[in-house]
Amino acid sequence: MSTETENPPADAKPEVATPKPAAKKPEETPIELPAFEKSISDKIVEKFGDKVEVGFVKEDRVRINVGRENVHDVAEFIRDELNYDHVESVSGVDYPQDNEIEVVYHLGSYSDSSLARQILVLATRAQRETNPIPGNDATKLPTLRDVFYSVEFHEREVFEMFGVFFEGHPDNRRLLLPEDWADLPPLRKDFAIKGR
Amino acid sequence: MTFTLPPGLALQKVDERIMTLNVGPQHPGSGHMRIIVQIDGDYIVACDPDPGYVHRGEEKMAEYRNYITNIPHLERPVIHDSCNVLYPYVLGAEEILGIEVPERAKYVRVIASELNRCIYIMYWLAIYGIFLGHSTMFMWPAGDRELLIDLMEKMTGARVTHAHFVPGGVRNDLPPNFEDVCLRQVNYFEKRIKEYAAVFYDNPILISRTRDTGVLSRQDAIKYGTTGSVLRASGVDYDLRVKEPYDVYDELDVHTNVMKEGDSYARSRIPWLDMMESCNIIRQALQKMPKSGSVRTKLKPNPKGKGLNSVYKRVESGRGSLGCYIVSDGKTEPYRVKLSVPSFRNLIALPNLLRGEKLGNMPSVYWSLNYWPVEADR
Repeated sequence: MSTETENPPADAKPEVATPKPAAKKPEETPIELPAFEKSISDKIVEKFGDKVEVGFVKEDRVRINVGRENVHDVAEFIRDELNYDHVESVSGVDYPQDNEIEVVYHLGSYSDSSLARQILVLATRAQRETNPIPGNDATKLPTLRDVFYSVEFHEREVFEMFGVFFEGHPDNRRLLLPEDWADLPPLRKDFAIKGR
Repeated sequence: MTFTLPPGLALQKVDERIMTLNVGPQHPGSGHMRIIVQIDGDYIVACDPDPGYVHRGEEKMAEYRNYITNIPHLERPVIHDSCNVLYPYVLGAEEILGIEVPERAKYVRVIASELNRCIYIMYWLAIYGIFLGHSTMFMWPAGDRELLIDLMEKMTGARVTHAHFVPGGVRNDLPPNFEDVCLRQVNYFEKRIKEYAAVFYDNPILISRTRDTGVLSRQDAIKYGTTGSVLRASGVDYDLRVKEPYDVYDELDVHTNVMKEGDSYARSRIPWLDMMESCNIIRQALQKMPKSGSVRTKLKPNPKGKGLNSVYKRVESGRGSLGCYIVSDGKTEPYRVKLSVPSFRNLIALPNLLRGEKLGNMPSVYWSLNYWPVEADR
């Protein structure tokens, strides 16, 4: 995780800076973790050591936080060794106070029936650049399109809604917004709705 | 403000033989979306879906409203399936706010969501019929749908947009004598939809237009991450009501309909079989439901989550798995709400299914995806 905070966004509204959902720290571990879910997170931790961080282990849900330089390797491991085969959702979450944008992949499996209930939450963070237009200084993350084909449209949506440029994505175009949209990416916190 | 085109927006040079055709967004055959197809003679060589004409920013709006006032607008993406589209949000809000749901409310929710599933599928079936030129199949479902809409009106007070589910249960208890009326109407409804086989599903013209068009193999259905009827028509046995039962689905006997063909015909038949399964579920739920009791846990004014928390809940809607990712930062409003909708997830199959098809087969393939443009755009 990047911890650089010397460049706070100049135009960030003060009221969005007040919530403090800080970067996820390993929280106090509950006494009884669900065994199957724990085994999934253990396999990932065993392989990648301190490159990954277990966000939480709950019933049917495992969250793995990983830095942007390792997200591709972790995703390949999850696909090849753990049999997760598709992505359910890709969500961006904007944290202007950390100067970071989090991208959360919810992975599921159809082919492995023991994983039918499970969702693996793979979260990574990108440095939040104030210039939303994709250029040299854009907010960038490596794409997972070559690992999970199904992220294609989801990543296009995150690209337009948060200005996260996915490097290596074959089709980085807008999807829902008009092609000539020239404002901030609308789901960033500093894009304010009028009258609110 | 200076603006540079992202890569990929540059104009493409195509062969002289190939014509680019915009289907939609005003064309009724595409719904509220544009499908850019490139055709060589009668055959589609490339297809680029362009959704977004009904994007309303539901996710942004949800960040400005508290957990209760989010309810009416979050059901707008699919008003015909409004209970199901609200269901994951309500389940997620309950986990974040720490609310227990009364047993009777869970059964009421299951009944309402199964009725809504039938209402949605009937509407979709009417559209599917009319775009294949089968006017009877437009009239019959549109008429028979009224039976269930009347039931929902009795239950919730509104015909289409019910806003019935709230964190903690449902808004109102069932009206007196509802169980008997519901059972009678559902039995008649089931008898009625079985007649559709003779006029529609066994119709040789329909079969010739949909058999072996737009075939989606099992591997591709998994690779594209499709869901719902599209996935089950390709031979994957996956239904969240069975695989990850929410509320009281684990106490009910739910059968999953699976077909192996993966063509447009299978994709159009699965929702019809689902409606009969819904009738079974409603009958079971009516029988097992506690006859009295509370249907709603009272909330404190302006309920808040506890600290930074995130939850991902999913339900099986009329189109497939519908997920809701809620991030809470301990305020009265959610920090982020993301709807992962089945229409959006199934859309990625469209370019791959249409490539190599005849242009005339486009409606049968496109509408068999059970696609709802307003939901995909949110």
